[in-house]
Amino acid sequence: MAQIGYSKKVMEHFMNPRNVGVIENPDGYGQVGNPVCGDLMEIFITVKEDRVDDIKFRTFGCGSAIAVSSMVTEMARGRTLDEAMLITRKDVADELDGLPPQKMHCSNLGADALHAAIKNYWVKIGKIKPEEAAPEEGEEGESCGR
Amino acid sequence: MCGIYLDHQSASPVDPKVHEFAERYLSSDFGNPSALHSRGLAAKAALEEARAKVAELINAESPESIVFTAGVTEANNLAIRGAALRNVAKGKKLLASQIEHISVLNPHKDLLKGGFDLNLVPVDSMGIIDLAALESLLSKETVLTSVMYANSEIGTIQPIKEVSDLVHENGLFLHVDASAAAGKIPIDVQKDGIDLLTLSSNDLYGPQGAGALYVRPGVRIQPVLFGGGQERGLVPGTEDLYALAGFGEAARLACLEKAEESLRLQAIRDALIKEILKIGESYLTGHPTKRLPHHASFRFSRIEGESILLTMDAMFNIQVSTGSACSSRTLEPSHVLLAIGLKHEQAHGSMVMTLGKKNNPDQIPAIANATKKTVERLRALSPL
Repeated sequence: MAQIGYSKKVMEHFMNPRNVGVIENPDGYGQVGNPVCGDLMEIFITVKEDRVDDIKFRTFGCGSAIAVSSMVTEMARGRTLDEAMLITRKDVADELDGLPPQKMHCSNLGADALHAAIKNYWVKIGKIKPEEAAPEEGEEGESCGR
Repeated sequence: MCGIYLDHQSASPVDPKVHEFAERYLSSDFGNPSALHSRGLAAKAALEEARAKVAELINAESPESIVFTAGVTEANNLAIRGAALRNVAKGKKLLASQIEHISVLNPHKDLLKGGFDLNLVPVDSMGIIDLAALESLLSKETVLTSVMYANSEIGTIQPIKEVSDLVHENGLFLHVDASAAAGKIPIDVQKDGIDLLTLSSNDLYGPQGAGALYVRPGVRIQPVLFGGGQERGLVPGTEDLYALAGFGEAARLACLEKAEESLRLQAIRDALIKEILKIGESYLTGHPTKRLPHHASFRFSRIEGESILLTMDAMFNIQVSTGSACSSRTLEPSHVLLAIGLKHEQAHGSMVMTLGKKNNPDQIPAIANATKKTVERLRALSPL
C-alpha cells in the first residue's frame, strides 16, 4: 500500500525537533530557501578538530522542512567536515523513512543548508575562495523559482 | 476519534437523522428509479421527493429545475461546459471571479481550447468582487459568468443580486457556486436572479457523492456525459438513491434549522475570532462581517500553514485547514489568498476553521489556546 501522509519518523522529528536554536558567533553559517517559496532554513555550526562540534538550526516551512532540518543536524554532528559534505538530500530523506514525492525537492533543503554552513567556514579559514562557496548544481531555488 | 473537528468545509459528518431516513434505500427499499415495476416506482417517488426538498431550500420555481449530480465538481462542469457549449451561437466570452473554486476555474480554462475567451474578475482585499470591473468586462457575447455565493477559504459572501443585475443587463447567464453557502445563509434563486446554481449535499450534512445543479426554467444546457436519459438527459447513469434521498432530507432539515444554527455558530465564530486575533501578528482573512456564519480564517506572520495544521492535529487533536502551498498538490499557495492581495510569504501562513453542529461554546478556550501554543511553537523554530 502506498504510504499515506508523512512517515512516523518525519512526524516524530517534526513534533520533537533536535538542535533548534542559534549559535552566537558560529564558525559556519548557511541559509537556503526563500520565504516566498514557503521554506527557509538556516544552520549554525561550530568546528573542533575539523569535525562538526555543535550544530543548531531554525526553519520556516512545512512539516517535512522542519523534520529534514532536525534530521540533518543529527546526522552531521560529530562528523568530519568532509564526511558531512557527503550527506545528500536523499540520505536525509532515507533516514526519515522517505518523504512524499512532491516534498523531495521543495522541503528537502537540509543538506544544502549544512553544506552552505561548512563552505562558509572554509571560506573564513581560507580553505576555499568565496566564489567556490556558491550553491552546488541543483541546490536552492529549484522548488519554486521565485 | 474525539478531539475538535474544525474542517467542515472539506467534509462534514452525515446527520444521524439523515442517515436514519435514507438508510432504507441501501437495503430494504432499494430500486432503480428507471424501472417500471413497483420497486422502481417507489425508488422514483423517493428521488422526486428529494428533488422537491432541494428545490424548496433555494426557492426554485419547481422541482424540475433541480438536476442531481454526483457532487459539486460534476455540477460545476455541467453548468459551465453545458451552458457555454449549448449557447455558443450567442457568444464565446466567459467571465469568472478570480476566487472561484478550481472545479469552476478549470472547466472555464478548458473551454479556451474550444475558442472561448475567458476573463477573470478581480476582488478587493476582503474578497468582494469588483462590480465596476465586472461591468466593464461584460458584453453581449458573454454567454456565462460564474460568481460564487460565498468563498470556502475566506468565507466572504458576494453581493449576488448586484452581480445578477449587471450580468442580465449586459450578458446572458449567471452561474453561482453556492456549495459553501447553502444551508448557512438564505438563498433564493428567484429573488437573486440566478440562472444556474451549484449545491452540495455534504455541506448540508447529507451524504458525500451527491450534489445538484439548479437550472432556471428556460435556460438551455447540454450534457457533458453521455449515456441513458436520467436527469432530463443531462446526467446519465443510475441514480445513487441513498445519497440523493439523504441529500433531500438534509436540505429539508437545513430549511428548518439553518436560521437558528447559523446564529449559534456565528456567536461561537465571533468569540473564536476575538480570542485568536489576540495572538501577535495574526490577521483575519476575508470580510469581517459579510462572511459565512461558521467560517473563521486567519494568517499568521513568519510561520507556515502545513506546520500549523500538523501541530494542531498532532499536539491538540484539532483538525483545521490551510491554503498553504505545502499542503497542496501543486505546491502553489492558494489562488484565493493571492487574489485578495497577499504576498506569497503571507499566503503560506494561513489557517481556516469551519464550524459545525457538534462544535459548542465550551470549546472556544481550548481552540484559542491550542492556536496560540501552535503559533508560539512554530515561531520559536522560525528564522524570520
